[in-house]
Amino acid sequence: MIVGYALAFYWAPEDADQGFSQKIFYLHVPIALTAYASFGWGAWKALRLLWTGDRRYDLESYTAVHMGIIFGLLTLVTGSIWAKISWGEWWTWGERQLVLFLILFLFYSSYFMLRYSTDPGPRRERNSAVYALFGVVLIPVSFLAVRIAGTILHPTVFTHEGANLPWQMLVCFLVCLGGMLALAATLYRVELAGKRASVSLKELRELLA
Amino acid sequence: MSAYAGDVAALARKDLLLELRSRDTLPAMLLFVVSALTIFHFALPSGSSERAETGLLWIAIVFTALLGLTRAFAAEREQGLLDGLVLAPCDRSAIWLGKTIGVTLFLVLAEIVALPAFALFFHSLSWELVAAVALADIGIAAIGTLLAAIAAASRARELMLPLMFLPLAIPVVIGGVGASIAANPGTFLAFLGLYDGVFAILSWASFEYVITE
Repeated sequence: MIVGYALAFYWAPEDADQGFSQKIFYLHVPIALTAYASFGWGAWKALRLLWTGDRRYDLESYTAVHMGIIFGLLTLVTGSIWAKISWGEWWTWGERQLVLFLILFLFYSSYFMLRYSTDPGPRRERNSAVYALFGVVLIPVSFLAVRIAGTILHPTVFTHEGANLPWQMLVCFLVCLGGMLALAATLYRVELAGKRASVSLKELRELLA
Repeated sequence: MSAYAGDVAALARKDLLLELRSRDTLPAMLLFVVSALTIFHFALPSGSSERAETGLLWIAIVFTALLGLTRAFAAEREQGLLDGLVLAPCDRSAIWLGKTIGVTLFLVLAEIVALPAFALFFHSLSWELVAAVALADIGIAAIGTLLAAIAAASRARELMLPLMFLPLAIPVVIGGVGASIAANPGTFLAFLGLYDGVFAILSWASFEYVITE
């Protein structure tokens, strides 16, 4: 990952329009894609929970959504820094990806509220799993909604970087994306181990009490 | 299948009958939506555009629906009826469908009052707006019933339902406002229809997991 950013800074050609500030592309887009991947992974584990009834999937789904919301928040922050540099505004409703992430961020914050306000047990596990599944369906639906709203309600649509990246940029981007996904996977494992440990500690305490 | 339809009809009839006898949800929704429209009149400075008024109408619709949904499982919870329903020899998704039909009817009844009131207070309605409201009702009722069942299991029910419902209602508002004011309402109506279909199937399929203890 560090290699990726070194490449991104010293090797990739600078964007003609945006110059140096375009470098944040290598940070912002991989983070956004990693957030999607985490939400998708959480929904997959949620589906497994409902399908098999195996309770260990609950923690895995929860941890994945946890990772997703951290990366989602980072996406909002890096996206708004980019918006500030490119367009001079911290927040612009014309930027569809940011609006989509705001909706998802609100949705998944409620996931945590739901978990905290429901007593632990199979009911909470299934309810959170159903809610996580709704989230992964909400992603394409909101994407579509923001898209059609963007074309009609907000006529000014900003476009950045078409699909035609020079190959050096593409290589850098892929290295950065790979690094970010690896970081998320590592964090996921550490967090999962931590959560499992605290659950078994709690069970032991209850046995002793 | 006909047995399934019979179960659904019986459950929906039960909700309507309960409401007819107790009258504790629908009058509240009606009063709420008319008060909200009155407040909007004072919230909008004179000379505001019709587009702003239409936007506020959608806010009123979403919050009125929320008010009705908070009460959706109130009778079952207070009387401890949910266990009985779950034990009844019918498919659990029939409970969702019956409840959704009941909630949709409440919403439609509330809007039969709200839309003429809106036309009276603000400006006349287009047929696209009415079609969008009808489509939005289905989606709101489908998702709202499922979320109300999820919220019923949590400690802070009245708090959890709006928190979960509002992010999911954002596409409904986008589609509804778009259909009411945009130059090509067909796209937005089609989007609302898609939303209804996708989330109705998802709620129908997942209700069983939410309702069982």
